[in-house]
Order: sequence, then C-alpha cells, then structure tokens
Amino acid sequence: MGAGLARFARNRMALFGAAILLGLLLLVLATPALFPGDPFRLAGPALQPPGGRFLLGTDTLGRDVAAQIAYGARTSLLIGVGATLGAILFGVIVGGLAGYYRGAVEIVLMRVTEFFQTIPAFVLAILIVAILSPSVTSEIIAIAAVSWPGIARLVRGEFAALGGREFILACTGLGASDARIIFRHMLPNCTAPIIAVGSLLIGTAILIEAGLAFLGLGDPNVMSWGLIISAGRAVLRSAWWICTFPGIAILLTVLAINLVGDGLNEALNPRLRER
Amino acid sequence: MTTTVLDIEKLSIGLPPGADRAQAVTDVDLALRAGAVTCLIGESGSGKSMVARAILGLLPKPHVRIAGGRLLFEGQDLAAIDERGMRAIRGARIAMIFQEPMTALNPLHTIGRQLDEILRIHTTTGRAARRDRILALLDSVHLPDPARLARAFPHQLSGGQRQRAMIAMALALKPRLLIADEPTTALDVTTQAQILHLIRDLQREHGTSVLFITHDFGVVADIADSVAVLQKGRLVEQGGVADVLGRPQHPYTRSLIAAVPKLAPPPVRPASTAPLVVEGRKIEKAYGARGLFGGRAIRALAQVDVELRRGETLGVVGESGSGKSTLARAVTRLMPVDGGEILLSGHNVADLSRAQMRPHRKRVQMVFQDPYASLDPRQRVIDIIAEGPIIHGTTPAVAQEEARVLLGLVGLDPSAARRFPHEFSGGQRQRIGIARALALRPDILVADEPVSALDVSVQAQILALLADIKARLQLSMLFVTHDLRVALQVCDRIAVMRQGAVVEVGPTAEIYASPKHPYTAALFAAVPGADWQERASRPIHERTHA
Repeated sequence: MGAGLARFARNRMALFGAAILLGLLLLVLATPALFPGDPFRLAGPALQPPGGRFLLGTDTLGRDVAAQIAYGARTSLLIGVGATLGAILFGVIVGGLAGYYRGAVEIVLMRVTEFFQTIPAFVLAILIVAILSPSVTSEIIAIAAVSWPGIARLVRGEFAALGGREFILACTGLGASDARIIFRHMLPNCTAPIIAVGSLLIGTAILIEAGLAFLGLGDPNVMSWGLIISAGRAVLRSAWWICTFPGIAILLTVLAINLVGDGLNEALNPRLRER
Repeated sequence: MTTTVLDIEKLSIGLPPGADRAQAVTDVDLALRAGAVTCLIGESGSGKSMVARAILGLLPKPHVRIAGGRLLFEGQDLAAIDERGMRAIRGARIAMIFQEPMTALNPLHTIGRQLDEILRIHTTTGRAARRDRILALLDSVHLPDPARLARAFPHQLSGGQRQRAMIAMALALKPRLLIADEPTTALDVTTQAQILHLIRDLQREHGTSVLFITHDFGVVADIADSVAVLQKGRLVEQGGVADVLGRPQHPYTRSLIAAVPKLAPPPVRPASTAPLVVEGRKIEKAYGARGLFGGRAIRALAQVDVELRRGETLGVVGESGSGKSTLARAVTRLMPVDGGEILLSGHNVADLSRAQMRPHRKRVQMVFQDPYASLDPRQRVIDIIAEGPIIHGTTPAVAQEEARVLLGLVGLDPSAARRFPHEFSGGQRQRIGIARALALRPDILVADEPVSALDVSVQAQILALLADIKARLQLSMLFVTHDLRVALQVCDRIAVMRQGAVVEVGPTAEIYASPKHPYTAALFAAVPGADWQERASRPIHERTHA
C-alpha cells in the first residue's frame, strides 16, 4: 500500500485531481463560516450578475449563487460518498458470496446482478426515488441500487481468481473457517481494485444526483447543484451565471474524482504498473 | 575454428536506479560460432535472459539499456543499430524461441497462417510455394500430419507441439542465429528430451548457431558444444562442454554442478514395517463434466491405491496431467473426491465435509509448489506461521512464540518475523511455507513439487532441510515431483503415475535398478543429462575407460 501511494504521488494529473478535491473539502468545511445562514434565504436583488456584492451573482429569487454552490457541494459529496459506500457494501456481499461459493449460489446471484445491469441506471434511479419520495436518504438508496452491480462483478472475479491461489488452499489446509478465509485473506487482497473502482463510482453518483435534482427529484429542502441548474434553466439566456457556475462545479468535481480514481487504479493495480 | 556469427564484446546492460545491482550484466565477452550450440547457464537473476533480449534489441526500454560494449553480427554492431535496421534482422537473420510457446503464438490465427505471415513479410515467394514451404517446415519439426496442423489453432496443440511450431516459425527464414530462452522449462521431461533432440538435429542440418539459455546442467550436458556460466551478471567461466562439466574451474560452477540432483543409485534401505499412516483405497476423481451442459470429464485419479508408513517418504512421480498433484490434494482433502477411501491412521476422511474435516487437518499438512503464490502477500511472516495454531485454539501470544522457534528450525533469522513475504527470495519463502506446515505439529507432510520453482543450489538446501526436519520430527512424507533425480534422492519408495493411475510402485533402489513398466524406463531415459550423470556417478578409474 505504501509503495502504491508513492506511485500515486508520481502521477501529476492524479495529484491535480487530489488538490481540487482537497479544495472542495475545505470549501465544505468552511461553508458555515463563509456563508452563514440559509442558502435558500433571499440575499439581495434578483438576477445580479457576477462580481459586485455577490461574487457569482444571484438567481431569479435573489439567492446568492456562491452560497448555493458551497452548500450544494456538501450535498453532492455526502450523496456521492454515501451512495458509493452503500454500493460497495452490497456489491462486496453479493460478489463475495458468488465468487467464494460458486456453483448454484453464483448462478443465482450473478443472474440477479445482470438483471440490474440491463435496466438503464438513470431510469431505475428515477423510479426508486419517485417510489420512496424525494429525500437525501432515498437518493442515496437509489444511486447505490443502480451502482452495486459493477462492484459485485469485480469482487466476484477477484474472489474467483483468489480462490484458486495456493495461499487460500493453504489456509483451507490449516482448517480455517470460511469466514476467516473471506475476511482475513480474500478481502484484504482485493481492497486495491475495490478502492480504485469505488473512487470512480463517486463521480458517477454525483452526476446521477445532479440529474435527479435537475428533474425535481432531489430533496427540495436541501440545496444541491442539480437544483440550482434546474431553477436557473428558464433564464439561461438572460442570466447565464446561474446555470454555468454549478455546471463548472460538477465538471471540476467529477473530473477531479476521475483523475484520482485513474491514479489510484494505476498505482494499486499490478497489471497496469508495467507501463 | 569455425566462423563467429555473433561476437559479444564487453557487453554491459544498465539497470534503473533502485535495482539490486547497477548492471544486469557487466563486461560479458562471448563468441557464438556457426554450427555450434552455446549454452548460457545461470540461476534466476543472473542476467542471462537480458543478454538474449539485448541481442534482439528487446530490452525493456527506457529503464534498461545497453551501457557499453558491442554486439557484432555480420559486420554490424547490434548495440548501435536503429529500430528499422533491427526489424530486418529480427526474425530473418536472428530468430528467437521462448519458454512459454502459448504466449508467443497468436491464439486467433492458425499455425499455418502465422507461418505464412513470416514468409509473406520477409520473402517474395508466391502463395503456392509458400504453402509447400509451410508443410515442409512443419514436417521438418516432426509434427504429425502437417496439413492438418497448419489449419489448427494454438490451443488445439499440446505444449510440445506448440514448441515445435514455434521452432518451425523461428527456422522459417533460415536464420544464422537462433536464440532459445529456456525453451523446454515448461515442458515434461519426455517432451523436453524430444525438443532438445529436435533443436540439435535442425541446428546440425542448417549450420545455425544457437544461443541456448537454461538453468539446468542436465540440459547443458545434452545439447551444448560450449558453455558460459553467468553469476550475478558476470561471466565466471566458459569453455567446451566437456571441460566445464568435467573439470569446472570456478568455485561457483563447481557448486552449481554439485547441487544438481544426481541420477545415482540410491542406497538399498530395508523395507519398512511401521504402521500405515495414510491408506488410500481406489480413490476416484474426475474433473469437468459438471454444470448445466456437462462436457468431457477428465479422469484425474482412476482407482488409485496409495500407502504411506510411519517415518517413510513416498515419492509420487509423473508428468503434468498424470494426477500426482490431484492425489496430493485428495490425501490432504483440499478437494473433494468422487469415490474410494482415504484412511488417516484408520479414520476414513474421504467423505467428510469441510467442517467435519477440520479436526483432522492438524495431522496432515501440505507444502506447496509455488513459494510466490502460497503465502498471503498481506500477512506478516509471523502471522502466516502462527495462523494454524490460532485456528485450532492456541492463544495468539503462545502461537507467535512457537512460530519464532519454527523460524529458527527452518533456518530463518528471527528478524524475518515482522516482514512480509515479498521481501524474501523463493527459497526463503519456501522455508516459511514449511514452517507454516510444521506449526500444527502434523504427523504427515505432503509436499507438492516443493523445489521445482527453485534454483538448483536453493533446491539442494530445501531438500536437505526437509530431510533434516523429517528425521528430527519423525514425520511421514508424501513427496510429489516430476523430477526423478529428486525423487531418487529423498524417497524410500516411489509410485509412478500416468494418466491418473499408478503404473508402478516399489522401493526406490528397485525402481532405479529395474523399472518394470516401460513408462518408468522412458522417464529415466528422458532425464536431461542422463548419460553425463551416469558417467559422473561411476568411480573414477572406471570413468577413464568409458
């Protein structure tokens, strides 16, 4: 792992992404101090252009766009990370059981996984949020529900490959229980690919969240980037800043996450190392 | 003196900073003569493959590059030639064959098409002429039914056939120099003997110069005209094969030759009458033929009987696919069997479930073949060794204390305890694997090819360690190997397996002196360097007359 981090540190694009993410994290932590008060609060005249009293201007109701973006960052990161953790947890359980026990267990679990993969992810997410009623929790559940199949397939493959390795056989030979083999030997040996793929999932999750919020399926009481864009789209031509700045925020965040994810993938994946 | 095809002068290959030494090879001088086979021999990490790659301009650039010296081939310096010039030489003037033919062949194209491609790129012959040439080439490497094989895909061929096809491709353009990088290491002994013979014949026929890279002195004895010994990047000795093998000058060469397991008659030992600790009766195991669509089943164990007495070492010998590893895994119950009985000191464990088997596991432990794959890369050595006792209820503190004692027993430094497997060499890792197996204080040790992934000098150390431990702890051992020489050295009795069945079993001395089954005799005949070793093992006065 230490050597992996050293390799990661040599990757300039990944460091650039990590720097953006660090900045975003600092913004989230500093938000209450920078923008005290409710982001839904009317802060000044409507449709003020950027510059002047409001750095990024105000929206159609006179809300501070900069404050909205700062609070939206918190939502995006919360949902992105929360949904990814949920997807990893569920994906590891399903993929791990399938990859370890093989046979009938694998056939059933992987067919279910494939079933989920055949449904367009975004449509399924819309459906789940609509059923559960829009809230941060239901968004996390919906995004996790459409993201886990990739993790499950990855973990199944890793487990299946590890299952034939001699050190796993050696543990069986020592009389180790299934739980010991899975948690002490197999999972630690596939953390690297899970971290690499999981980090990329965060970016996808943020995109799905923005899309849901744009369609009005986000939590109406929580500020999010998708919500800002959704509110500003009617005045896109007269007040470009309302949609543009949250759009840039989404772009930069997802780009940074992908750069970091690629960097992690390259640093932790032995198959790509020899380049 | 025949003409020199390739003259290597003071070749040095630089390694990137942080490697275990500054140069892969340093100041290597080597002349490859036409019509002669030059063997470059060395242990893993000696830099022997780097020399081959340097000749063909295939060094992993930019980190590894030629740091000095010249490679004179037909008046050109290959070290200074550009990539385009090298392409004209590679394949046409200098050809190469590799250890694993499967990875060197394109799996999507037929053998005939891959041969045709070479001829099409480098020659101007017409389609019909090319086709005749392909069939002639496949015939020249003694592949049966060339017309059918030309239409076959690589996966449809056996390992030996693939290597033959590779040789046909390498020789298609009549190169002046053939570089063979461990071409027989992945093959069975009988196939290896045939391939060595083939290379020798074709080389004589065409007058090709061959640079043959190997780690096996037996192979050297069979094929070489001259030998160069490489130790950690430096050429320590070179000369004619009879001189180097018969009168080695450098201490390193001497130690390497001494470490080669001898094809020597083992001492006659009295037959053991100790009680049986392992008794296998009609063990059956088939692979494949499961799942929804069935498929062709392979019978890996067919009615196999096996007996192991207390304190005895039983060798299980056979080629790949003979079922010997399956037998080892059946006896240790690392895989379920389809039928028969496996009695461990009288208890039948053949039908036990994994949970039921758990208490019996302490009694029989396994040492695995691949020291790189058999240790969990994320566990510290101390945890690897202590894991077994902890599973069986020993407190971690006690288990770790015992593990430290075991480290000493297998000849490792106490400081090894806190380190991870990747910090150790292959031989050291195998010692860790042995310590892990011993931690449960088993009565029976099953060793599945424990030394076949190791260099000869390390091999000898591990075999000595196993013999010492076996005697000290009064273990019984099931020793699986493909190498008859090793089996002769360590086993009391030998069982020869072929296609899932035991064809012959008997005391080692008897098997050596008068093999009853023709297959056993064929195995002995195929041992690389068999003649050389028989000569060497005879007393001195007799040898001078031979």
